[in-house]
Amino acid sequence: MIVPREKIVQQLRERLERLGSRVTSIVWRLGFASRFLYYLVMHSGTALRRFRLTVAEVYFAGVLSLVIILVSGLFVGMVLALQGYETLQRFGASESLGVLVALSLVRELGPVVAGLLFASRAGSAITAEIGLMKATEQLSAMEMMAVDPVARVVAPRFWGGVISMPLLAALFSAMGIFGGYLVGVQLIGVDAGAFWSQMQAAVDLRNDIMNGVIKSVVFGIAVTWIAVFEGYDAPPTAEGVSRATTRTVVTSSLAILALDFVLTALMFTGGNTK
Amino acid sequence: MNRSAIDLWVGVFVVTGIAALLFLALKVGNLATFSSGQAYQVFAKFANIGGLKARAPIKSAGVVVGRVASIRFDNESYEAIVEMNLDAQYQFPRDTTAKILTSGILGEQYVGLEAGGDGVMLKSGDRLRLTQSAVVLENLISQFLFSKASEAKDTGKEPAKEPAK
Amino acid sequence: MQKDSIVEIEGVWFGYDAARPVLRDINLTIPRGAVVGIMGQSGCGKTTLLRIIMAAYLPTRGTAKVLGGATRDLDRDGLYAMRRKMGMLFQFGALFTDLSVYENVAFPMREHGELPEELIHDLVMLKLQAVGLRGAAQRMPTELSGGMGRRVALARSIALDPRLILYDEPFTGLDPISFGVIVRLIRELNDSLGATSIIVTHDVQEALGVVDYVYFMAAGQVIAQGTPDEIRSSSEPFVNQFVNGKLEGPVPFHYPAQDYGADLELAAS
Repeated sequence: MIVPREKIVQQLRERLERLGSRVTSIVWRLGFASRFLYYLVMHSGTALRRFRLTVAEVYFAGVLSLVIILVSGLFVGMVLALQGYETLQRFGASESLGVLVALSLVRELGPVVAGLLFASRAGSAITAEIGLMKATEQLSAMEMMAVDPVARVVAPRFWGGVISMPLLAALFSAMGIFGGYLVGVQLIGVDAGAFWSQMQAAVDLRNDIMNGVIKSVVFGIAVTWIAVFEGYDAPPTAEGVSRATTRTVVTSSLAILALDFVLTALMFTGGNTK
Repeated sequence: MNRSAIDLWVGVFVVTGIAALLFLALKVGNLATFSSGQAYQVFAKFANIGGLKARAPIKSAGVVVGRVASIRFDNESYEAIVEMNLDAQYQFPRDTTAKILTSGILGEQYVGLEAGGDGVMLKSGDRLRLTQSAVVLENLISQFLFSKASEAKDTGKEPAKEPAK
Repeated sequence: MQKDSIVEIEGVWFGYDAARPVLRDINLTIPRGAVVGIMGQSGCGKTTLLRIIMAAYLPTRGTAKVLGGATRDLDRDGLYAMRRKMGMLFQFGALFTDLSVYENVAFPMREHGELPEELIHDLVMLKLQAVGLRGAAQRMPTELSGGMGRRVALARSIALDPRLILYDEPFTGLDPISFGVIVRLIRELNDSLGATSIIVTHDVQEALGVVDYVYFMAAGQVIAQGTPDEIRSSSEPFVNQFVNGKLEGPVPFHYPAQDYGADLELAAS
């Protein structure tokens, strides 16, 4: 008969051990994923030489995400204008609506929301596809035919995603600004001249737009990396693939938000953090 | 989906994406920080810089002619040294005045340059001799109170009981 | 290496993790031109042995010599060069679902050289004709029945005229007609290509009808070998149970459990 206190200590130990092993397995997995990325980049020759393969993947990742990106961008821009006008008007600054919409989109919402949508639509599709190919032994068959599946299947999808993401983020921001214009100028009645001229004065090419583009490139790399890795590493069963797909969406979303914080801190408050 | 259809759509996608980027770059943003290719540095000392930050604009006659590069503290003269990058296409005389002004009532602070009349222009590394510090609200209020008090003393025997608000 | 052997497995041990060996001290030889069967229960290690032969894994102990060289000595390029001379048929075909039948068979040809399109076309037609599916060239794998898909996969595995063809459970889930077709094709292709074939299966009766030699495995070891006739008349108890599909023998019917009465009483109380 174990004394209750010893039992509690034992349970605590077991909990701590499990926590520790989870942390170590996460770190181990991250290392594994990094080596995978390195291998992938080193063997991207096929993806570049046979550009047709990459083009096909730009279609599947980028073109097929256009609808959701454009529609969401439009709505986000419209909501920004509505909400923004409410608040700005109280300070008599309603003519700065264009500035509010443009800066919010170009700096933050464009890359981040487009990234999240991309992760859920294209990222999960990539993971499912690669995972399914693994489960039905198509990747092994390729290996047996002396074709490197990473070079032939994974690399084109990776570069397809990396190319698509910045374009989608730019389209999202552009649509959003258009949506903001529709609501702000056409619907609410803010002066069109003020809308555009104040926006132009406040939005800077290098500091705002380029930083937004850099963010979208970083997010594209992160999301696509996670998507291809989870697919390639998925257990070759139906359940394994479905769990991997979910993990892609969750991990990508968290990664985008965390990277957004880091990049914003580096880029936008660089002058003011002292 | 056959190959040519995929190629077509990808082409359309890439073209519209780049068009969106160009739209953002040209119609939404301004090329201010880009067109300033060459810049030269000048320095100015201020007793108080107020809320001036690095990258604040430097304006003359309301037009942006440069950016504040850095702000340091001089431990010997106990003043602030502001390093400014001025656009090379704008030359200013040696006796130009630098003032720290506020845009709007509660807006951000910037450096305003008023050109003097000297024939010789500023070179890179020169120091502006004439400067005016930022207006600090507390000093302004106490100045006002003091002037009101002395005004009352001049006009009447009693000092004003209630300072004007 | 013996002059006429395509595969020589000498004293091979292997385990996916070091503590539990899946293969124990395997010794076998596959002579050129033969169709050899590797049979046994599920989990006896036969698929793992196939993976050792195709150099997907290296033996923990011992040597696997395939097509003239030890797998251990192969670098990346050597490995791919060896695999170009091999063809493999996976358990359910493993066709590339995003490519048509034609493209699937053309895949190895495209990946391995600068053959002109007309030549590839003719070769693909040749291979498809050999398996009887020339008319299905433009179909997608999802439109094919199991048997037809298996035949396309077979055509793909012989696309580069391999010298060694590996079959991993090729008869799984096939209807009797497709079954018979695959069995006949294995023999015909082997002889017409002058190749060597290794079939891993537990479909005893049909396999015994087509192979020249059999290796019988259980629990990671080769427990019997011989010609089909020798195997059929083998007195080894496990082989006997396996070949005749008996309920009882070395492999018991009941999974290990406690006393039946104890289980019943527990339920009653």
